[in-house]
Amino acid sequence: MPVSPDIEKSSLHSQELQSQKKREEWMLLGLSLPAIFVIALVVILPVGWLFYLSFVDSQGSFSFEHYQKMVEYKSYARVFIATFKVSALTTLICVALGYPIAYFLAALPSRWSGIFMLAVLLPFWTSLLVRTYAWLVLLQRKGLLNDLAIQIGLWDSPVKLVHNMTGTLIGMAHIMLPFLVLPLYGAMKKIEPDMMQAASNLGASPVRAFCSIYLPLSVSGLAAGSLIVFVLCLGFYVTPAVLGGGRVVMVATQITAILEHQFDWGAASALGVVLLLATVLVLYLAGRFFKFDTALFGKR
Amino acid sequence: MVKNLQKDARGFFIGGVVALLCSGTVAAEPITVVSWGGSYGAAQDNALFNDASKNSGIDINRESGASMSKTCLQVESNSVSWDLVVTGSGGAAAAAAKGCLEKIDYSVVDVSDFYPNLYTDYCVGSDVFATVMAWNTDKYGEPGSANAPKSWADFWDVKKFPGTRSYRANNVDGALEPALMADGVPADKVYEVLSTRAGIERAINKIRELKPHIAVFWESGAMQAQLMKDGEVDMITGWNGRFDNAKKDGAKVGYTFNQALLDYDCFAMPKGAPNKETAMKFLAEISKAEYQANLPFHITYGPTNKKAYEVTTAPKELLEALPSHPKNVPLMMPVSLDWYATHRAEALELYMELLSE
Repeated sequence: MPVSPDIEKSSLHSQELQSQKKREEWMLLGLSLPAIFVIALVVILPVGWLFYLSFVDSQGSFSFEHYQKMVEYKSYARVFIATFKVSALTTLICVALGYPIAYFLAALPSRWSGIFMLAVLLPFWTSLLVRTYAWLVLLQRKGLLNDLAIQIGLWDSPVKLVHNMTGTLIGMAHIMLPFLVLPLYGAMKKIEPDMMQAASNLGASPVRAFCSIYLPLSVSGLAAGSLIVFVLCLGFYVTPAVLGGGRVVMVATQITAILEHQFDWGAASALGVVLLLATVLVLYLAGRFFKFDTALFGKR
Repeated sequence: MVKNLQKDARGFFIGGVVALLCSGTVAAEPITVVSWGGSYGAAQDNALFNDASKNSGIDINRESGASMSKTCLQVESNSVSWDLVVTGSGGAAAAAAKGCLEKIDYSVVDVSDFYPNLYTDYCVGSDVFATVMAWNTDKYGEPGSANAPKSWADFWDVKKFPGTRSYRANNVDGALEPALMADGVPADKVYEVLSTRAGIERAINKIRELKPHIAVFWESGAMQAQLMKDGEVDMITGWNGRFDNAKKDGAKVGYTFNQALLDYDCFAMPKGAPNKETAMKFLAEISKAEYQANLPFHITYGPTNKKAYEVTTAPKELLEALPSHPKNVPLMMPVSLDWYATHRAEALELYMELLSE
C-alpha cells in the first residue's frame, strides 16, 4: 500500500515535536540542577554518612557489630514490631474517622466546607508538643475525663487511658488525622456528583452506588492518605514517648535512648538505617499496588 | 604586645564581627556553663553561679540542657562551645572513657577538703544526691509512721501496699540495685551479685515481676515530680531533691533514705573547651565551701566539700534532710562507678529488652 503524503508529513511533524520535547526536557533538567544539588547536599550526603556510621565499630574499623547486636537482643525486633503495630493501628483509626469526615466535607457546599475544614486544620497548626501534653492532662488518672466520668457515674474507679497503647493511639490518631483527610478530600472533590445521580437513575440503591462508584473513585486518595499516615507514624517520637509512658517503645524512642545514654552513634545509625530501609520497602510495595502519582501530585 | 593585639583582633574577626563588637578591649571572654532545667539549675544559679561570678569577675553564659551525649557530639565534631557541663557521676565516667573530657587541673581546683570519693580525674563533685523510693503520703502515710513503706521489699510488695508504681525508663542507672535488695541481697553484696550475667538477669527478673504494676516509666527528674504532683502513681523511684521541691509545690509526697542509692553529680569540662583556663578558675571558685554551704537552702542535695558543713548557716533540720548528712549516709548504699564502667552496656541492653516486652 502506498504511503499517502499526508501521513508522511505528519510523521515529519511528530519528529520535529519529538526533538522539541527532548530539548525541553534537557532545559528542565538544567533548571532543576541547583535543586538536585541541594537535595544531594542535605539528603544524600547525610544518609550516606548514616550508612557509613552504622558499619563502623567503636575502634573505627569496619564491622557488622551493630547489626549483630540487633539480632542478639530481642528488644530490637520487638521495638520494630511495636512500631509497625502502632503505625498500622493509627492508620486504621484514621481511616475509620477520616473517611466519614472527608465525605462530609466534600458533600457540603463550599462556604460551609471551608468552616469545617478549619476545624480539621486548626489542630494541624498547633504545636505537636502542646497537643500531646493536652491529651496527657485530659486522659491521666486524675485527669479531666476520668474525673468527669466518675462524677456522672460512667465508671467507679479511674480507667487507665494513658501511659499505655490506648493513650498513644488516641494522641497519634488525633495528630495524623489531617494527613489522611486532606488527600482524601481532594480525591472526593473530583468525583462528579452527577455520577451518583446517574447510578440511582439506573436503579442502584444508595449502598450499591456508593460501593461501585464513590468508593472506587475515592480509593486513590484513601490509599495516598493512609500511606502518608503510616510512614509518618513509623518515625514518630514525641507522642509515643509522652503518652506511652515507657510501655510503648518505638524505634525513635530506642534511638534516643541509645544516643542519650550510651553515646553510641553507630548503634543508633544502624537502627536508623533499618527503619529507613523498612520505610522504603513499604513505599515500594505500596507503589506496586497503587498509582500514587495521580493521588499525590494530581497528575492525570 | 601590639603584635599580640593584632593577632587577637584578627582572631576575633575570624570568630565573627559580633565577638569583636562585644569584647572591645581585651577582657576574658565569658565562659559557658551548662546545667539542667527545673529546680536543679535554679538552685545552682542561686547558690553557686551568680555569687561566684560576681566575686571572681568571671562572666558566664548560662545554658540549660546539659548532656554528656551532646558534649561528646561537640567534641567529635570539633565544635565545642561549652566550658563546664553538669553531669551525673556515671555519665562523666562514660564520657571520659570515650575521650570526651578534659582532665581537671587539681593545682587550680582545690579539693583538699572534699570527700575522697566525690571527685575523679575528669570531674569534680558538685552535690550529693540519693535515688530513693517515694510515695503518695495520702495513700501510704507519712515517712516514719508505723504503716509507711520502709524498704525496697515494700516497694515490691503489692499486697501490703496495693497501688501503681513508677520506675526508670530507657536507662539502667540505679534501676537494678533496688531490685536485688528487694530480692533479699544485702546492700554490701549487691555489686558482687551484679558482676555476673546471671546476677543482672536476677535483678531484671525481679523487675519483670513488678512490671504489671508499673503504670509509668519516668524519663527525667521533672517527670518524677510531675507524676507525684498529679497523683498519677502511688510509689516511685527518683531523686530526693526533686521530691522535696515537689512537696514545696503542694505534692503529697514523702520518701525514705533507707536502702537508697548514694550518688553524686559533678562538673566536667569538654575536651577542647574554648576557655579552658578561665573555666578551670571558675570551677575552683564554685567548689569552695562558702558557695556549697548555700546549696541546701535551694535544693536538698548535700555539699561535696566537707568544710561547707562547718561554714553553712543552714538550720539543723535542713542539714539532717541532706543525703550526705552523717545521720543518713549509713542507711544508704554508695553507687559503684567501677561496676557501671564494666557492666553498664550489657545491663542496659537487658533492661531495654525488659522494657520492650
